[in-house]
Amino acid sequence: MKIMVAIKRVIDYAVKIRVKPDKSGVVTQNVKMSMNPFCEIALEEALRIRESGLASEVVAVTMGPSQCLDTLRTGLAMGADRGIHVDSTSALHPLHVAKILRNLVQIEKPSLIILGKQAIDDDCNQTGQMVAGLLNWPQGTFASKVVLDKEKEEVTVDREVDDGIETVQLKLPAVITTDLRLNQPRYATLPNIMKAKSKPIKKFTPQELNVEIKSDLEIVEVTEPPKRKAGVMVSSVDELIEKLKNEAKVI
Amino acid sequence: MVNRNCRATLRLVTLINRQGHPHPPLSSSPSGIDACWKQLQRNNVHGEHKIVSFFSPLASSLKTRQWGVNIQSRCYGSASVLVQRNPKFSKLNDEDVRYFEGILGAKNVIQDDEKLITANTDWMRKYKGSSKLLLQPRTTDQVSEILKYCNFRCLAVVPQGGNTGLVGGSVPVFDEVVVSLSAMSKIISFDKVSGILVCEAGCILENIISFLDNEGFIMPLDLGAKGSCQIGGNVSTNAGGLRLLRYGSLHGNVLGIEAVLADGTVLDMLKTLRKDNTGYDLKHLFIGSEGSLGIVTKVSILTPPKLSSVNVAFLACKDYSSCQKLLQEARRKLGEILSAFEFLDSNAMNLVLNHLEGARNPLPTSLHNFYVLIETTGSDESSDKQKLEAFLLGSMENELISDGALAQDINQASSFWLLREGIPEALMRAGAVYKYDLSIPVEKMYNLVEEMRSRLGNDANVVGYGHLGDGNLHLNVSTPQYDDKILSQIEPFVYEWTSKHHGSISAEHGLGLMKANKIFYSKSPETVKVMTSIKKLLDPNHILNPYKVLPCSSIS
Repeated sequence: MKIMVAIKRVIDYAVKIRVKPDKSGVVTQNVKMSMNPFCEIALEEALRIRESGLASEVVAVTMGPSQCLDTLRTGLAMGADRGIHVDSTSALHPLHVAKILRNLVQIEKPSLIILGKQAIDDDCNQTGQMVAGLLNWPQGTFASKVVLDKEKEEVTVDREVDDGIETVQLKLPAVITTDLRLNQPRYATLPNIMKAKSKPIKKFTPQELNVEIKSDLEIVEVTEPPKRKAGVMVSSVDELIEKLKNEAKVI
Repeated sequence: MVNRNCRATLRLVTLINRQGHPHPPLSSSPSGIDACWKQLQRNNVHGEHKIVSFFSPLASSLKTRQWGVNIQSRCYGSASVLVQRNPKFSKLNDEDVRYFEGILGAKNVIQDDEKLITANTDWMRKYKGSSKLLLQPRTTDQVSEILKYCNFRCLAVVPQGGNTGLVGGSVPVFDEVVVSLSAMSKIISFDKVSGILVCEAGCILENIISFLDNEGFIMPLDLGAKGSCQIGGNVSTNAGGLRLLRYGSLHGNVLGIEAVLADGTVLDMLKTLRKDNTGYDLKHLFIGSEGSLGIVTKVSILTPPKLSSVNVAFLACKDYSSCQKLLQEARRKLGEILSAFEFLDSNAMNLVLNHLEGARNPLPTSLHNFYVLIETTGSDESSDKQKLEAFLLGSMENELISDGALAQDINQASSFWLLREGIPEALMRAGAVYKYDLSIPVEKMYNLVEEMRSRLGNDANVVGYGHLGDGNLHLNVSTPQYDDKILSQIEPFVYEWTSKHHGSISAEHGLGLMKANKIFYSKSPETVKVMTSIKKLLDPNHILNPYKVLPCSSIS
């Protein structure tokens, strides 16, 4: 059984984000980029399933410019068997990514697609759901536990929802998106980094996959959230009441 | 709570308890050099009689309720010279307090008991003074007025920053007045072109780091205590830290200092020039003199630009000689991008994994004897990563490292650093710890750890870690509780061993109170004589941080 994992290269989670002065986006020059944390968790889950003998191969897919190969290599260093790089310099929105994944699925024919629930740069939380819709496959999103039953060709997913945990059972092939508490991703150890150098990476372009990258979204403006104002020391209760009444207008 | 023979203390304590005397009889000391002991003081607080600083060698942690706060009093004895309060120093009186209130305003003159406890106790809770007054000046002029008055009145003074020192140098020994720089925490100026920062001595290191981060620069020093330590203290103790390998010591990075001498004179050496060869460079006297020559009030420091590509690798080596060879290789193959090279042994690793939540072993598959953390900092992400990977894979082929992991993002890098930076805290949680900070030639460094292990056997857990790149070993002996027998096995052996190998008994922690009389292990008598003359010149009444740094024999 083959598992396909989609991974995205984003600005590192620990970096302090700064908005560009022309408000067209955030500063990405000279800023550390790494694999989206939810994608790391997705890849880790795929590797664990393979290590438990229920899958034979894990394929990591990434889309974007050539720098994305760094992220793909990290994925291979963690233990993925093969990599696929869809080369594109234009901005890829979730629907594009979903269409490309659908067309890749027709080539690779995996039984399970695992993605992170959302990317930390756009916070869309759409790709997994769109892929499932386009493929007409069942989906288990916000997974906090995944149990695969190979003979029955079913996967049981515990989903973290607002009300608590919802357990769903999906017939394979299926789409799963991972949430934070699913697992703790492994580190890339040196022996695996060495092995990763010889793992194959296949390259595609969106055109080869018959997907047209036409953006129907335009980012108009990006602004920072309002800065938190400093606290003010008051010298008496009367002053406090006066400020609450006239400035904060809460009483 | 310092330099005491525990048995003698217990005798005195039982004497007091039995007789109920307010002050124990102080027998005369023949010559201030050898016979000293600390004067026990009774504090009447709310009618309760509590002994402020006392020991019980029987139980290592006695929870004493003092002033409504639970304090664990620890027993720490050192089989060496004890300290006696210098009778030349005046005792604080109400007139003094009123004078200080006149200079600083009543809000900045603190006699509040709870605040005094924190000011009187060091970070390791090993040393406890009995100061009655904490002053918080806000300007250099106020510091100058304070010192002028204290010099005139012959009142001893302890300058205090973040109080994170590990040798008892930042807390009073007796009733010295504590002058805290915490209220002087402004960043005065920053030049984006040259990277020269001018700030007041009370700025907390972590705050400076965040400020510089916004501007695209970093501090040339980084240490585990950054959340509390202040730059004035860092400069006064010539703090080393994790980045010394790359950016050098503070002697090279500090461009200027403003300090106040014991008589209140303000020495303005606060230049922001990279090169200034006009006369004797006095600022170097203040860097590392631990507050004994003057109080540092402002600092100007050269900050390196923040480089975008930081990579951290956590490696395992099978023996110490591999660690050494790895260091040599790293210096050659990584060259200009190498920014930190730290090592820890398996005992240290186990301690951290057991006592620190969130600590995760990156190489869990097998047990390793030594771990090395390597950090590189450069401007080109992909080429740095390639260089580091090539070096690591090569070292693995040459069997210098048996396993390793490379951090793939900033969070992973922080988790590797936690394993190294968290060792002091893990040691504190494990019980009692005897801490030594030694500079030893790199080839011999681990021999000391092994010899200490054979000396102590099963009685203690001997842990070795440190800045291998700088030849700095942090030797820590962890025991469930403080024990004189164990201490006598450690000291003076560790100092003699270091002296024999021409090392330093204090690589970066300083001498403080803990090693005040040990300087001769690392410095010649002639050198110490000159140091004493300088001290007499700048502080004739010896009011600045007395009983510390230089041996009491040389001062009197």
